[in-house]
Amino acid sequence: MVSITEKAMRAIFIFCGLAIILFLVGILYILLSNSMPGLIELGLGPFFAADRWNPGAYGEPTYSLLNMIYGTLKVTLGALIFAVPVGVSAAAYLAEIASPWEREFFKPIVEVLAGVPSVVLGFFGLVVLAPLIARVFNLNSGLTAFNGAILVGIMALPTIITLAEDAITAVPKEYRHASLALGGTRWQTIWKITIPAAFSGITASAMLGMGRAIGETMTVLMVTGNMVARPESFLDSVRTLSAGIAIDIGDVVFNSTHFHALFVAGLLLFLITFAVNLLADILIQRKPEVSK
Amino acid sequence: MKMMQTNSNVTLEETRVQEDPKPESTKLETDVENEYCEVKVENLNFFYGSVQALFNVTIKVQEKGVAALIGPSGCGKSTFLRVLNRMNDLIPGTRLEGKVSIHGENIYTPNTDVVNLRKKVGMVFQHPNPFPKSIFDNIAYGPRIDGLKDKIMLSEIVETSLQGAALWNEVKDRLNEPALALSGGQQQRLCIARALAVKPRILLMDEPTSAIDPIATQKIEDLIRDLCANYTIIIVTHNMQQAARISDHTGFFLQGEMVEWGKTSSLFTNPEDQRTEDYITGRFG
Repeated sequence: MVSITEKAMRAIFIFCGLAIILFLVGILYILLSNSMPGLIELGLGPFFAADRWNPGAYGEPTYSLLNMIYGTLKVTLGALIFAVPVGVSAAAYLAEIASPWEREFFKPIVEVLAGVPSVVLGFFGLVVLAPLIARVFNLNSGLTAFNGAILVGIMALPTIITLAEDAITAVPKEYRHASLALGGTRWQTIWKITIPAAFSGITASAMLGMGRAIGETMTVLMVTGNMVARPESFLDSVRTLSAGIAIDIGDVVFNSTHFHALFVAGLLLFLITFAVNLLADILIQRKPEVSK
Repeated sequence: MKMMQTNSNVTLEETRVQEDPKPESTKLETDVENEYCEVKVENLNFFYGSVQALFNVTIKVQEKGVAALIGPSGCGKSTFLRVLNRMNDLIPGTRLEGKVSIHGENIYTPNTDVVNLRKKVGMVFQHPNPFPKSIFDNIAYGPRIDGLKDKIMLSEIVETSLQGAALWNEVKDRLNEPALALSGGQQQRLCIARALAVKPRILLMDEPTSAIDPIATQKIEDLIRDLCANYTIIIVTHNMQQAARISDHTGFFLQGEMVEWGKTSSLFTNPEDQRTEDYITGRFG
């Protein structure tokens, strides 16, 4: 016989587990229920039209998210271009090269980096990076997609390093031994055998880092200048989807079209992040091929 | 290098050649005349941290032919094998005393080029360990990291290596398929071919058939007999029958000591040491 307390404990734990699903479904419900009126009123077209995000315009407000999608892509891809090579190399260092004490020293630092509040990073971008970028590239303002990409890349680094290191460590040591026994240097072994063998895990780490970067709000809000114009280069000011929502949500009229349009932007972000995370998960589940 | 004089080995090697019934004995005779030593280990002591794994091992292996190392599990035979291509370097805290020379060169000097050493001294492991790449890329890996880019030359090396490992006919039509799709025995021959592609002088084999089935084992044993005409093969096995079948010389290890080293036929029929006799007659191990 299972006692009452046993049953109660079981129920509590199951409830906590289910609560996670409940939260996710709840968030999706709120996003859908608040964006639907906007989608019904305007249709999908205006959100991807070639004009601008200008919901406050007198007469004909426009709701195009396109420039903000460009902004998000620019910051995110820029962040990955910077963070993936650095992160994977750092992971390779931690997994393959570092001595035990070096590993003990660096791993907590990576964790601390993960814990830096985004507003602090934003502040750093504002007072250090922005003037530097303005001077180096001879710009009026250093508040650009480039600035945001670097900082978001820094924020994605801990995710990439930790997961890529796990993936590299999981590569069977037999591969390494085979390469070394054939006269491969440690360097050749890392780049030609270990990292390719860990490829799916490393890709997953990049995807999860990307998921982190796409939704990042506070830092990009502070350092990218937030112009809704279509960005031409990395050195233009951009507004990302996340920053766009954060900027407008404070003084939007409740239940107005503008309000619902912001939720459409939120839904879009949610879907992108969800897709990226799902893909990363599939890649992580895929076991590396191991010899019989 | 061929002219290196190693007098101390003469007695054993002379007896070996006179009694050796195997066809390659003529080739070995010239080597003995040159007294050229392929592998020469003197007073080797080896430590994992504070644990001593090998005690005062002295051995001389002549060029070409098969040398088998037998002994019970944990006797140090694999450790000894990995001394010869310095794979033990990968294990932290290992230490070595004594002298290990290959082709007359001490391989444990501060100036030793370990990468170069491992190109001369190839290794085949207990479990087949092909890379998660195509058959072609597995074989081409060694030449490629050596800087060879020419596609035609690479194809030639892949073909001759696979032929050398008696695998060519089975895989020639699917060189671009993943190596991990091959059977265990084929994978092991692929690993042998991969080692041959680097053109080593010596091949170390660490229980190469212990993880594969009897028919595949026989193929590999036949292959070893073929290869020993051109390579010096040192094989660790805990299968005594295998050692008897394929080797010219056998060394018996026990608790880190090389108890006996001699011609395979005499070691198995007329062992000098009581412990060897006890082991080969199955009294322990």
